Formats: sequence, structure tokens, C-alpha cells
Amino acid sequence: MIHIENVSHHIGKQTILNNIRLEIPAGGITALIGPNGAGKSTLLSLMARLQPLTHGSIRYNGRDLAATPTAEMARKLAILTQEGSVQSRISVRDLLMFGRFPYHQGRPQALDREIVAAALHEFGLEPLAERYLTELSGGQRQRAMIAMVFCQQTDYVLLDEPLNNLDMYYAKSLMQLLQRLTHEHKRTTVVVLHDINQAAAYADHIIAMQHGQVAFAGTPDEVFTEANIKTLFNMDAAVIDYAGKKLVVHHV
Amino acid sequence: MPSEKRNLLLAALLLAAASALFMTLNARGMWDFVLPLRAAKLLAILLVAYAIGVSTLLFQTLTHNPILTPSLLGFDTLYVFLQTLLVLVLGGIGYVQLNPAWKFSGEMLVMLGGSMLLFQVLLRQGGRDLARMILIGVIFGIFFRSITGLLQRLMDPEAFAVAQAFSYASFNSFNRQLLWPALLVVLASMPLLWRERHRLDVHLLGRDQAVNLGIAYQRHTLWLLAWVAVLVATATALVGPFGYPVSFFGLLVCALANHFAGTLRHNVRLPMVFLVAALLLVGGQTLFEHVLGMQAVLSVVVEFAGGLVFLYLILRKKQT
Amino acid sequence: MQTKMQAESRLLNWGSAAALLLLFAVSLSVGVADFSWRNLFAMPDEWQLLLTSRLPRTFAIVLTGASMAVAGMILQILMKNRFIEPSMVGATQSASLGLLLMALLFPAATLMVKMSVAAAAALAGMLVFMLLIRRLPPTAQLMVPLVGIIFGSIIESAAVFVAYETETLQLLSVWHLGDFSGVLLGRYELLWLAGLLALAAYLIADRLTILGLGETVSINLGLNRQTILWAGLVIVALITSLVVVTVGSIPFIGLVVPNIVSRLVGDKLRQSLPAVALLGAVLVLSCDIIGRLIRYPFEIPVATVFGVLGTVLFLALLMKRSGHAV
Repeated sequence: MIHIENVSHHIGKQTILNNIRLEIPAGGITALIGPNGAGKSTLLSLMARLQPLTHGSIRYNGRDLAATPTAEMARKLAILTQEGSVQSRISVRDLLMFGRFPYHQGRPQALDREIVAAALHEFGLEPLAERYLTELSGGQRQRAMIAMVFCQQTDYVLLDEPLNNLDMYYAKSLMQLLQRLTHEHKRTTVVVLHDINQAAAYADHIIAMQHGQVAFAGTPDEVFTEANIKTLFNMDAAVIDYAGKKLVVHHV
Repeated sequence: MPSEKRNLLLAALLLAAASALFMTLNARGMWDFVLPLRAAKLLAILLVAYAIGVSTLLFQTLTHNPILTPSLLGFDTLYVFLQTLLVLVLGGIGYVQLNPAWKFSGEMLVMLGGSMLLFQVLLRQGGRDLARMILIGVIFGIFFRSITGLLQRLMDPEAFAVAQAFSYASFNSFNRQLLWPALLVVLASMPLLWRERHRLDVHLLGRDQAVNLGIAYQRHTLWLLAWVAVLVATATALVGPFGYPVSFFGLLVCALANHFAGTLRHNVRLPMVFLVAALLLVGGQTLFEHVLGMQAVLSVVVEFAGGLVFLYLILRKKQT
Repeated sequence: MQTKMQAESRLLNWGSAAALLLLFAVSLSVGVADFSWRNLFAMPDEWQLLLTSRLPRTFAIVLTGASMAVAGMILQILMKNRFIEPSMVGATQSASLGLLLMALLFPAATLMVKMSVAAAAALAGMLVFMLLIRRLPPTAQLMVPLVGIIFGSIIESAAVFVAYETETLQLLSVWHLGDFSGVLLGRYELLWLAGLLALAAYLIADRLTILGLGETVSINLGLNRQTILWAGLVIVALITSLVVVTVGSIPFIGLVVPNIVSRLVGDKLRQSLPAVALLGAVLVLSCDIIGRLIRYPFEIPVATVFGVLGTVLFLALLMKRSGHAV
């Protein structure tokens, strides 16, 4: 379980996050949704200690994030942001091996190689294993980055808009993969998603943010109502049921 | 893997050969006189090659950029300025007569502070705009050079124009007294930096992923930057600032080392950058001095080549 | 009906002119030899000093400052970039290289011939530079001065290499480090030519401004772009080589002076050109006087003093823009 208490964040005079209090349940996928500027990415980066926490506290299973050494956290939580990989003359296989760094610290063992091989297979990256990242398409690179995070084998996985750059086919297969891996390995996955229908279809828990605050929290059935959509996105959208999941018709 | 090790071995062998030639060519049998003299010079060259090559490589990894170098951003002329300032502040004669090792340590400390400050200013001013940061760095470099020249003239008005106008690094007249302190610094840095080689690889993935994988990013970066400052200071103290107005030697050797290393991994690139730099300097010096009979012109040629490489890198990038 | 701009411009012009006159007088008074205004009418020696040394030197400084500042301004308009000047487009360095080669290959040639070759070299250098920066996207404003500085340093390395091998480093350094201490009557007259060229720029000022407004506007207003472009470049090349051959290189004048004036009164050339010339003269004269006084009786070359001032001003200009999109 992730406890977020009284977390605030300011940039200059602007308040990005305003006294966030949240409990993200252990196990399953939690989706963070909301309009642009709601503070979702900022919250995620604070949760991953990418930025220092100035107000409030974040605890993972009771462990205070600020008090835990960063190398140790790297074995408990993994994050993928929207920042692209910088030096790209790295092969896919090597990239995935970097995901094992918190464990091997530069000296890969047999176990690490096995995990990387399994990830290559799981994410359909085997034909691309020896190619450099620069030679891949945006979508292929994104899949490789996510596979790397998966190799880190952490209890908590944070993903900031992982479906960007992915076409429909890969977006869907990724969400299904995430769902399966999360439940199979009993992980807690927090995903920032732009497409609320993906959230509705695959998430176990929804957190909707607006203006730096938590607007709604609950199951997809509870959160995705026409009134809530109107409040969040200022849009009239129909919410229907499809294949047992909520579907928000927002585009017509 | 084997091809990378092979390249390293090849480079090491070439260096050994070049060093042998350097020591023995044209000696005309005056071994007693020539050998110790050349040995000292060879040591100085190797130390400078290590210091500049390694510091530039570290800097490029930290800044995620193959075009930036400490020299481009004025770090070496900053050191000369701080040296001159110390002499001015601590009072001419007394300071100059201090034990050179103590002087060196003092200058090193001041350099650590000064370089951190410079780096902060550059980051804040440059931000996302690389060209802006480099330009500000270059102008800072010229500023440090100018004000050093002014201070020197204030202290000693009869300083000759030639020495001020083109202070190209000279291996013929290096600072002998600092040879052992410089060696100490370099030897101390070796195990400490070698230990970092895997963590340096992680830096290649960018800041966010480095933090994600458990690197204490801020602290680690500062630690490595401190070493960059120390190594730059060591090289500059030993032979003077390279190039005018900036030095491209570091850039040149890093570009070459990246090419010949064939991988981005630091366990290969670190030794390779030293070997390439040393080979260039030792081989070049041997060639110019003993074979072609030209004077102290190696650094000029190196700067010329490095400048061309720099232009090529910037102009090429913009096309794509 | 005077607009605010015109009023400010007038103020700047008169202010600079006044400062210049004051500094002119100071410059005549400062120096190593004994000189006093009172004795001027009593002793013929004082007149001698004034005419052969002090007056020529002061004129030389004023002409250099004014023409280099104007040269910088012309370049900035032609290349549509605020942060360049002759030493940052390879002109100064090419001129030095040209002079060096002439001194080595044709030492008997007359000064005029050597100067013309230097100017041709400066022009060639600038043309190569302009070819190089064509590869840069138009939004990369700050890349141009960067590439220019590096380009200049490459040419300089070539010159230093030649100088080392032919043992003429001392000669090269004379052209490299601008210094007025050697100026005497009979040794600086070429600079009047530089002044004349700066004046010529004033005559084509309007056309230069239109050129700076862009290709479409120029063609629309019936301007012969090529002619004006060449005219501007030739003026810059000539001024640069005249200054280099007479007193040496003084970097950053052409960069900072036009920028300061532009901040104060805008970019209309006909209005601001006098201010640019005047302010250039004022700044260089101040630096030279400082150089003469700061460690009296020793003289510090003006390029050393201006090097500090110029870089500080340049940094201030660069860093102040942090709020703007470049």
C-alpha cells in the first residue's frame, strides 16, 4: 500500500499539488487520470523520488520514501517517465540488462540474463534484441523501455503515460500484459493514462485529479459517471457499459 | 567483447612503441643526459593525457553531450585566473615562495569551489539551449583569460606581449616541481574513478532512469564534477592552458576514443580515451620534434584538428 | 515633431559627443613624457610632443573605436545576428594571416599592397564563414557567434603554426594584440581611411537598414541586394585590415557597442550610426586612458583592458536575455 499524506508541491508562486491525501491499494492497477495540468506527472515523480518532497510524506508499506536509501528503493519501485532515453547507441538487450542494475551493480549474473531473456520474450522484443535503440521506431523503443522497467522486478511500478507512441494494437496488448503481470506477480502498478477508456477497461482503482487535488477516487464503476466526467473534463459525455466495463463516449 | 579488448591492446602496444621512440630517437648516444630529461617529459605528457582525456569523458557523460567539454566552458582558464588571483590576494613574493605542493593543494581547493560555481551559472543560464550555454562558457573562458592577462600586467608590467598573446600549452617547458604532486593526484583518481565505471554507464540512460535505478544522482554528479575540476586543474598547472581561445584537445580525443572503442561502456572508453590522448601527444611530439624537426608546435596542430572536429560535429548535427 | 525615439537618439548623440571631447582632452594630457598645458605656449617642445605623439595617438584611438564599432554594426545587419563582429566571423584572423604571408613571401611590397591583400584575405574568410553558417537553421541565433569564434580560432592556429615555423611569432603577436603605444605621426594615417569608410556606411545607411528587414522587403522596395551586400562586406573587410595593420586586433568593440546603442535607441541605422561611432570612440578611448594610468608609468595595451570590459559586457548582454526566446 502507498500512503500519500499532505503532499504539496510549488513552483515559484504556482501550486502544482495541493495537500494530496491518498491511499493506493496494494496489488492491481491504479490509474491516474485527469485533465492537463492536474498534477499527475508531478505526483508520480514525487512518488518515485525523482523530485525531492518538500511538504508531506509518502510511505511504501510503511517505509518512508524520504528516509530510505535510494539504492534500496530501486529494488522496491520502478518508474518510467516521458523523458526519452538520451544516449541511444545501446542495444535492446543491454537496455533491459540496465533494468537489473539495482541488483547486479554492473556485474550481471546468470539469473539476470534469464530475466532479461524472459522479458524479451514476454514483450515480443526477441527479433530486436541486438538492434540499437536509435534504429527502432518510437513504439518499439517504448516497448523496450517498459520491458526494462519490468526487468527491475519491483513490487511497485509507476508508469507515466506509457501508451504514448503506441498504436492501437500495441496499446491494447501492453495494457493486457500489464494487467496479467500485475496480477500474476502480485505487483502494484500506478499508471498515468490519457485515454480514460483504457483506464476504465484495465484498472482496478481510479484516481481522478484536477487542479492539483484529488477529485474522485474509487473503482471504475464508481468514478466513471456522466456527472463526474462533466466535472473533470467539462464535457457532456455518455457513459455506457460494454463487455462488463464502463465506456466513455467522449469523441462525438 | 573481444574486438573491444583487441582495440585497447592495439592502442596500448602503439603507445608503448611511441614511448620507446620518444625516449630513444635522435639521442646521439648521450643517454645519461637525454634519458632522465625525456623520462620526465614523457611522464608529464602521460599525466596530461590522462587528466584531460578522462576529465572530458566524465564531463560528456555527466552532461549527456558529446560536444561539451570542460575547456569549452572555460574551466581551464578559470583555474589560471584563480591561480593569479591567489597570488594577488595572498601577496606576491610570499605566496610564490611557498612549497609548490602546498600551493597546488590550495589552488585545487579554490578550483573546486570556483568550478562548481561556474557550472551552476552555466546550467542556469544555458538551460535547454545548448548553443547558449556553450557560447556563454566560451565567453567566460575568454573573460578569464583577459582578466588574467590584465592582472599579470598589473603585477609585472614588463611581461612580454608574446607570452600573453598566445599561451599555447608547452610540453617543453612544463612545471617540473608539480610532476610528483600531479602524479599523486592521477594515481589517487584511478581506483576511485575505475570503481565508478558501471554507474557511469547508467548515466547514459538520462537523469530519470539513473535515479530510478538507484543512483544518488545529485551526489554522484557532484563527486564526478569535483574530479573533473581536479583533473583539469592538474593538467593546466602542469603545462598551462591549451589552445586559444578554447582548447579542443579533449573534444578531439573523446571523439576519437568513442570511435575506436566501439561501445558506450566506460570500462572500455575510460582506458581508451587515455590511450588515444597519450598516443596523440607522445606520437605527435616524437613526430614533430624528432622526425620533422619542427619546434613546439604540436599543441597548435592539435587545436587546429580539434577545432575542425568541433565544427564538423556542430554543423553536422544541425543538418539532421 | 520629434518622436521619443528621436529625442533619445539626439540625447545619446550629444552626450557621447560631449564625453568624447572631454576624453579627447584627457587623452592629450596623459602620457609618460612630461607635458603640461600651461607650457604649451611657452615651450616649442610641448607642441612637438602634442603633434607627433599625443594628437596622432588620440586620433588613432577615436578612428579605431568609431570604425570598428560601425563595422560590427554593418555585419550584424548583413548577417541578421546581434552577436557578431569582425573578430567573430574570421575577418580579423584572416587579415592577420594574410599580412603574415605577405611579410614572409613578399616582404618588399608596399604597405598599400600588403593592406589590400589583407583586406582580400579578410573578405575571403568572411565568405567561407557565410558558406559554413548556411548549414545552420535560421532559429539557431547563438550558434552563429559560436561557430564564428571557433572558425576564427582555427584560422589563428594556422597562422600561429606558420609563425612558429618561420620564427615570426613576435610579428604575429603585434597584429594580435591591439596596442596604441606605438602610434606616432606618420604611422597611423591609414586609419583616416577607416574613418572615411565608416562615413561611407552612413551614406548607404538607409539601404543597409532595408536589407536588414529581409529578402522580401528588400526586393519589394527595389533594392539591389547583391550590390549592397558586397558593399557592406568590402567596407568591413577594409576597416578590419586597416585597423589590424596599424594597431592590431581589438575584439568585442564591434559586438558590444552596436548592441548597447540598439538597446537604448533602436535599430534605425541613419539615426543610430553616429551614436555607434561616438560610443565606440568613447569606450576605446576610456580603455586606453585607463591602460595608461592604471600602472603609470607603464602602459597596458588597450586590447587587454577592453578584453575584460568587452567580455563582461558581452556576458551581460547574453545573460540578460534569459527571459526572451532567442
